[in-house]
Order: sequence, then structure tokens, then C-alpha cells
Amino acid sequence: MSSPSQLTAPDEHFFEARRKVFPKAVDGPFRRLKWAIMAVALLIYYVTPWLRWNRGPWAPNQAVLVDLAHRRFYMFSIEIWPHEFYYVAGLLIMAGIGLFLVTSAVGRAWCGYACPQTVWTDLFVHVERAIDGDRNAQIRLQKAPWGPAKIAKRVAKHAIWLVIGALTGGAWIFYFADAPALGNAFVHGTAPFVAYATVGVLTATTYIFGGLMREQVCIYMCPWPRIQSAMLDEKSLTVTYKAWRGEPRTHGLKREATAQDLDHSGMPSLVALAADPSLAPRIGDCIDCNACIAVCPTGIDIREGPQIGCITCGLCIDACDGIMAKIGRPSRLIGYTTDLDERLAASGKQPLPALKRLFRPRTLVYFGAWAGIGLAMLFALGNRTRIDVSVLQTRNPQWVRLSDGSIRNGYIVKVRNMEARPRTVDISIAGPAGATLWSEASGRDGASTHLKLDVAPDQVAQAQLFVGAPGSGPERDDMVFTVRALDAEGGIARDKTHFERPEHEE
Amino acid sequence: MADEKRIDGPTGTSFVGHEWDGIEELDTPMPRWWLLTLYATIIFAVVMVILYPAIPMLHGASRGTLGWSSHGELEKEMAADHDRRAPTMHALAASPIEGLPANTQLLRAAQEGGRSAFKVYCTQCHGSGAAGAKGYPNLNDDDWLWGGDVATIQQTITHGVRQPGDDKTRMSQMPAFGRDGILKPEEVQDVVSYVRFVSHQEAANASARRGATIFANNCAVCHGADAKGSRTVGAPNLTDGIWLYGGDRDTLTETVTNARYGIMPAWGSRLDPVTIKMLATYVHSLGGGEALPPKPAGARPVAVAQK
Repeated sequence: MSSPSQLTAPDEHFFEARRKVFPKAVDGPFRRLKWAIMAVALLIYYVTPWLRWNRGPWAPNQAVLVDLAHRRFYMFSIEIWPHEFYYVAGLLIMAGIGLFLVTSAVGRAWCGYACPQTVWTDLFVHVERAIDGDRNAQIRLQKAPWGPAKIAKRVAKHAIWLVIGALTGGAWIFYFADAPALGNAFVHGTAPFVAYATVGVLTATTYIFGGLMREQVCIYMCPWPRIQSAMLDEKSLTVTYKAWRGEPRTHGLKREATAQDLDHSGMPSLVALAADPSLAPRIGDCIDCNACIAVCPTGIDIREGPQIGCITCGLCIDACDGIMAKIGRPSRLIGYTTDLDERLAASGKQPLPALKRLFRPRTLVYFGAWAGIGLAMLFALGNRTRIDVSVLQTRNPQWVRLSDGSIRNGYIVKVRNMEARPRTVDISIAGPAGATLWSEASGRDGASTHLKLDVAPDQVAQAQLFVGAPGSGPERDDMVFTVRALDAEGGIARDKTHFERPEHEE
Repeated sequence: MADEKRIDGPTGTSFVGHEWDGIEELDTPMPRWWLLTLYATIIFAVVMVILYPAIPMLHGASRGTLGWSSHGELEKEMAADHDRRAPTMHALAASPIEGLPANTQLLRAAQEGGRSAFKVYCTQCHGSGAAGAKGYPNLNDDDWLWGGDVATIQQTITHGVRQPGDDKTRMSQMPAFGRDGILKPEEVQDVVSYVRFVSHQEAANASARRGATIFANNCAVCHGADAKGSRTVGAPNLTDGIWLYGGDRDTLTETVTNARYGIMPAWGSRLDPVTIKMLATYVHSLGGGEALPPKPAGARPVAVAQK
């Protein structure tokens, strides 16, 4: 750290060379929480595409499937059609607001525990540790000259990283096709090129981001830390070094020398402080052991205060608590706390109750918006019909005069059968008096006000229909097409359109 | 810019010299990988310029060592599309037009192909929606001069109407009754009155009654005694609500006096049979298409012109 008085320019560099981070292994409640979340997240990611869900013979039996080729999205009992994409948009908005909510309630919890970059980097770090040893061994190996042992270790490490990358990319493609069939085709080299390309790209990105770039992604590439630093306020949870407790940091002989002047608690006696606070020699709890820096996956010093490099993973808390236990000082010299609580604690006051911190207008508004969108989508999902009609009136020509003097209009009627079984629907019209409906197949001889249409399972049926009506009448009549499913389940859909006649002469 | 470098204490980084309300910008160095990425993009750009057309010259751009061109890409795509459509085209060529409705998929392909071909060859006269214009028949309606089943339409497209030099063209000629002095002007008016009577546009009157006799002597040969026309000779039905040129008195007078002689090209000499087949199925699908006549029991071939 440069002091303000140091006015010589630093060495001019066009770039900042990366200082490699060698995070030290640590154990503690937050480390164990990270293990658990990593296990759950990876389990969900790898297992989901292999879950089956019976939808009958007409639809795929994969529980979660993004069927881009047929433009369907399946998620357990829910099937989304392209025109219902607003559900997906709603989910994305919920995810966005959910991040706001989490951030305002518990800070950068997403970054520290759930972000794929964090989870996979964590995985890669563990692989590295298993092969190269812990922090000190890694640093030694880094400085060691190249030799058979170093080459073997490096090859093994990168090979395992690449395998993890390939498995990550490999799992991704199974969300977009029938997993067992694609897996089989993939192994036999008969899968589509895009599958191999996707696996290749995701293998590369996983390997590069998780193995090589790691904290660089968080610090330089990801926009989320910037957004979050704008969203944090004095009541947001951050990992905080309690400077009022820790400072001044001392260790070794100096610490022992100072400690002799103090009572057994390691703190200046209140009487002495009251007499002359400035004279009181004191030592902070921090023994400047740098354990918090050694375990940090982004290589920062948390004692410098909140910073963009801190992903609030809590590993420094585990590390510091271990040290505090060894030197017999209370734990949580570094801990999750808010800026406000920290200031209250520094001045000897009680921190805010957790509930009061959690339930403040901001979190409530976020939660309200988040839950509102979720409930609205659930309501819409529960009430949506699985049959739909859309009528497109032929505009060129708008009308055709038939030889008997009547007027004919043409309509392209699209009936969506969103059920995974074939359905027959009845199409009927209500419009100008005497109007009849026919199709090219039935011909005008078979015209009536009703018509039957078979719709294949999970498909759109398109029919060119004609409506004829007497030539006398208004230039534009309102007309409604009604589609009624003819099976037990039923379902009705309507679409409004018009019936056009030629402009009246004179 | 500040003349001398000032260093920010806590970070050890020099200031850029920009300051807003006391907030100053630091000259934080970029990460090395970022800079390497920048260099990589520059190298990529140089390689692109060498491999692909890039530098504008007087006559087009530099060629690039790969010889790539967007025209070449288009040709490749067109060739690929031609190959893709080849099986459908072969199937269409092999199937007689009467057999198409049995194969829904092929019929749909033919109709869509016909829709495209219609836009190229037919819209100039019949309009983009095939609604026709004065003198150019509306192909959407159910009134056909020569017949509206798909085989007859194919015949009409192939050989045209009154196309000189085509033996099988649709040939008919109405005499110019007024111009050639067959009928006197007042007789023409009487015939017009009669035609407007049988087409329910005017009530019966003395003129129409005189016209009935003239009609029977001069017009019924082609248009029929009931004035319902004849598809054998392409004589229009005069009793329905559809007029090729117009049903008002002035237009009818003009028609009877000078006759009409609309011509449609014989497309058989310009288009391949598959395209004509597709055009016929498309026109047939517009709403006025008629069923094929039932095949006679005997060995007599289907008389396409008769219906």
C-alpha cells in the first residue's frame, strides 16, 4: 500500500499483470454451506435433463426440454408455446427482481454461493488442491523449475479441468433434445454438428473461466458486481472486518509487549480509558496473520473494507474464526454485518434486530413485485385454454362477387391444439345474416354455419375457409369465428374479424 | 491534464486529470488478458482483410485470397435449394394433375409453388390477388369462361386464349354487331335492354321484348337460348352477376357494337410443364375451383373443353 506522501509515479505499465490467487483450504460453517450449495446446484444441473415425465404418445417424455426445433418448451406438466413466451419473460423478470431482493436482504449472496462462476471455480480450485497441494505447495510448485513431477501435475490438472468442462458442456445440450437418444448419438458420432460445437464452446468457456480466469471474470467481466454495488445500502449484509475490534493489529513480540500493559481481557480497562483514552495502550484482536487473505478466492484483503472484488463467500469468516478460537478471542472479528450495525457496534450500541433489518420498505417492495409477477403468472397458467384460434382475413381481394350475386370473403383460420393428443374442433361463424361457411374441400355445396376440423396433437392446423353472404348489406359486418373442442374436456376460443362487401355505387 | 503525475494514495495509481465535483478519475491499468484480446482482434482483422474481400478499389473490392464472394454464396445457396426441391419437382412432373388432390403434401407444394409463379407471370394482368380487372378475369370467383376444373385451367394456361400460332388455343370471336352493320344502333340498344333484363338489372319493357327476338336470331348460337353462355366456345353467361368488361348500358353497348377480343399468352411455350401444373393448382385453390368431370364409362377420353 502506498502512502499519500509517496509521490513518485508507480512503474508505468500498459497493463496490470494478473497476480495469481492461491486460495488456502479452510473449514467452517460457510465452507460447509458452500459445499452443500455446490452439491445441490451441480446435482440439479446434471440430473435434470435425465428426468422423465409421461405426456402420452404425442409429446416427448423428458421432464425439462427446450425443444427449439419444434418451438416448444416443456417443464414437467407445463408446456409453453412460442406465443406464450411471456411466461419465460416473466420468469426472467422474476429472476432479475429476485436478485434485487436477495441483494437488498442478504447482500451479494448470489455471487458468493450460487453463481455458476463461483460454483465451477470452487470445483476447479478443489481439483487443483487435490493435485498440487494446498496454497504453500501451489506457490512452491509455481516457482519450481519445470521437471517431470511438475509437468505430470500440470498435465493431470488441466486434463481433469478439461474433462469437467466437457461434462459441463455435455450436460447442457441434453436440455435441448431427448437426453438418452442424444447421448447415444453423441457417443457414436452421429449427433448434429451444433451439439458438438456447443459442447466444444462450453468446454472451452468452462475451462477458461473456471480454471484460468476465475476471479478475473468477477472483477473485470461481470456487470453484476457494478449493479450490486449501486444497490447496496447501509442495511445490506456485507462481509465486514470489524476494525473497531481488530485495530490496531499487532503480532509477535510487539503484541506480547503491549499485552503486558493490559488486563487479562486484552483490552484496556474501562477505568484507565476513562482517565485518558489517548494514552491507553491497546491491542486489537487482529494478529495480522493474513489468514483471511490466504483463503480469499478473489485474493483481496477484506480488512480494506467493502470492495468490488469481495463476492461475500464468507471463507475469510471461517478462516478468521479459526484463528480467533486459537488465540482465545471471540469469533466473528470478520463477519456478516451491515454498515449501519457496524457503526452502531463501533460506538458500543446494540445492532438492529435482524427482522427489522430484513423487513424494510425496499425489500418489501421488491418482494411484492416479485411475488406479484409470480402469482399473476400462476393465475394465468391455471386459466389458460389449450385451444386457440386466430383468423386472418384475406385482404387481396377483400371480397369476391359470385355468379349468383352474393359476396364471398376468404379467411385463413389457424387452430392451435396445445394438447398432446389429436382433437377435432367445430368451427362456427356468427356474422352477417345468411352467411355460410365452407372450405375448399367441402365446396360451396356443403356450406353451412359449422365446419369440422381435425387438428394433429400439439400442432397448428391451418385452413383456408370461405364465407358467403348476400350481396346486399353494409360494407363491413362484424364477424366472430368460434372454435369449440369436441371432446369431453372441451374448450372454446374465439377470434373477431370482419365481412367486407364492395363499396355501394352512388 | 495535470503537468506532473499525481498519485492516488490508497491505490498507488496515477490520476488521469479529469475531475467532476471532487471525484477524480484514476488511470487504472487494464488487465493483461484484456490487452491480449485487443491484439488478437487486430490480428484477426488483418487476417480477414487478406482472406476476404475488404479494400474498396475503383472496380469493386480487393478479391481476398479465398476467392469468396457474396454472389458465389448466393449461387451456392440457390443450387442447394434447387437440389432440395428436386424430389418435389420430380414427383410433380410424374403425377398427372388429376391425381394431385390424393397427395395432400404434393398438392400443397404445388399450390405454394403456383403462388410464387403467379406473382411473376400472371399478376401483370390478373392482379396480385388474382382479382382481375376490366377485361382480365377475376380468378377467385365461380364464373369460368372455359371451365374451372384443374385440368381445364391447365389447358387454358398452356395454350392461352386467342394466342396466334397455337392450334389448341382457346378460340372464340364475337362479331362486331354494330361496327360491321349486322345490327342497327337501335337494335343494339334493344339487345342491351334484353341482356340487362335477363341479368335482373332492368325490368322488362318494349325494348327488351324487341331485343329478345334479335338475341334469339343473332346471339343464342353461342350464348344459348337461355343466355347462360357456353364453355365450348367460351361464351360468357349473361344472366349472372359477373361481368368481364361491365354490365352497365354504356359498356354493354360498346361490347355489342365492337365486340371484345382479349388475349392471354400461351404459357406452354414459355414455362415448363411443372410450373404450369403448379399455376393451375394454385388458381384452382383460389375459391372458384370446380370438381373434375366424372370419367365417362366408355373409352372416350375426357373432353377437357367441355363442362
